[in-house]
Amino acid sequence: MNKKQAPLSQQEALRTAVSTSERPKNAGPVSASLTFGGRMLLKIKYVPEQLFDITAFPIIFLLMFTYLFGGAIAGSTEAYLQFVLPGVLVLTVVMITMYTGIELNNDITKGVFDRFRTLPVWRPSVLVGALLVDLVRYSIASAIMITLGFILGFRPEGGVVGVLLGVAVLLVFAFSLSWIWTTLGIVMRSEKSLMGVSMMVLFPLTFISNVFVDPETMPTWLQPLVEINPVSLLVVAVRGFMGGEAALAEVGWVLLVSFLLVLIFAPLTMYLYYKK
Amino acid sequence: MDSKAEEQRAAVVVKGLVKTFGTTRAVDGIDLEVPKGTVYGVLGPNGAGKTTVLRILATLLQPSEGRASVFGHEVVEGAAFIRKRISMTGQFASVDKDLSGLENLHLIGRLMGFTRARAKVRAHELLHAFGLEEAAKKQVKQYSGGMQRRLDIAASIVVTPDLLFLDEPTTGLDPRSRNQVWEIVRTLVSTGTTVLLTTQYLDEADQLADRIAVIDQGKVIAEGTSGELKASVGTGKVHIRLQDPAQRPLAAQLLQQKLGTAVNYSSSASGLTAQVAENNLAVHMLEELDKAGIAVSDFSVGKPSLDEVFLTLTGRSAERAEEMEAEA
Repeated sequence: MNKKQAPLSQQEALRTAVSTSERPKNAGPVSASLTFGGRMLLKIKYVPEQLFDITAFPIIFLLMFTYLFGGAIAGSTEAYLQFVLPGVLVLTVVMITMYTGIELNNDITKGVFDRFRTLPVWRPSVLVGALLVDLVRYSIASAIMITLGFILGFRPEGGVVGVLLGVAVLLVFAFSLSWIWTTLGIVMRSEKSLMGVSMMVLFPLTFISNVFVDPETMPTWLQPLVEINPVSLLVVAVRGFMGGEAALAEVGWVLLVSFLLVLIFAPLTMYLYYKK
Repeated sequence: MDSKAEEQRAAVVVKGLVKTFGTTRAVDGIDLEVPKGTVYGVLGPNGAGKTTVLRILATLLQPSEGRASVFGHEVVEGAAFIRKRISMTGQFASVDKDLSGLENLHLIGRLMGFTRARAKVRAHELLHAFGLEEAAKKQVKQYSGGMQRRLDIAASIVVTPDLLFLDEPTTGLDPRSRNQVWEIVRTLVSTGTTVLLTTQYLDEADQLADRIAVIDQGKVIAEGTSGELKASVGTGKVHIRLQDPAQRPLAAQLLQQKLGTAVNYSSSASGLTAQVAENNLAVHMLEELDKAGIAVSDFSVGKPSLDEVFLTLTGRSAERAEEMEAEA
């Protein structure tokens, strides 16, 4: 190895590398979103622990609620499982949507976002890419929980199609809800404050619902509140599909709420993202 | 000059630019013109407004008042056009530290529109050129400061931009890494890219920039080539050291008579210093001394340093300038 030649070839390599005048047509919106999604997947490669939320949560939640409440509420855990699984599935996925905002809050303060914002690509693609990867995460969480449920004795009347439709409507809602967290992820100054606010929203939203018990057992003043909770509507919709009797009215409501969430929070997120 | 011609000549035109954050005027009425194909240095201490100007030009911030255009397009209305032609290397690593160097460059390549295969080839080409091949698969957070900075610049030229913004490209780097970055900038400019860089190092502006704007408290306090800035402060200074200290009074008298310049004794016994307006006067000095049989052991003509320029202009940052010298 001739050491004296090394710097020269380095110099030439530098000159060659910078004198490239190749100017491809920039990535389109779909391609850019998928590329940014790929970035999120690469991060999982380096920190696999971040999959903890979508693997452990579904298992812990399902076991915990089934065996904790089963006997008391439905007389047997097996009977309760048929009722509670769609609810716990909704609760789990809705809960883990929160990580979208935390991830963004972590990410956005870093210098790399300055570069992304100066790239000639469709502006929302960074966020859309991240949300697409989240859909994959929600799907994995759903698959894990439903598989475990099946082992424990969950037998949905709606069959495979019903289960898939139930998950689909859940994913639509989760995707739409995520835009609230992206908005907060940009506004909040720290991960801790973001966690606090998210919890404050998510706990009442998921627990003051029909996830665990039939609302008819609740005090009359509480019932209307539970019934208009979008999470309750979603649970009815998912239960409907999985139970073989589609609750189309609730599905309609869920889709409407989802649409409104995106309509309000997607542009708001983008506005804040570019103002930051 | 009419605006059409100005557009063709200039990569960046800034007029009366103001940016306020709350009640602070971070940028307070700045005018700049960056000719195409040159390196333009924006020099100033921390908090002078350098980064804000850069971020406005890179379409990351909107101006509060005044106008700023890049290649003839206004930064607000023409943002989409401008983004196609610029790249920005921020003050703090604008690469993803969680990914490897290769993954970072591949990501940018894909976003710029390269195919997977082409993006990979380009990424390796750049890693090699920037001496990062061996660290290609390491997470960037494990890189040294100099390596991060080089990767950052590499990410900015995956597709060679017409205009590259470098925000304090060598702050915090050791001298060797700094020289590498300078080399990269020089090579880039030699291939036609315009570079707009900010720096707190007078030395760096002097080394790299064709023209320099000195910014302080949101205002341009001086603008010109490094030579012009130095000249605006004072003339050059000649340092002479004689072989025989005893000849010093004679030499001083001779130079004062023949050249009409003020001659001072310097601290060493054989040293003299003289202010000269032009360099050829200094040459005459040597001739005169030679004719008179006075032997010179050392002779140098020094222009005032940019440090002196900065101090003369701002008048108040002697301490800061010293700190900067120490860091540089």
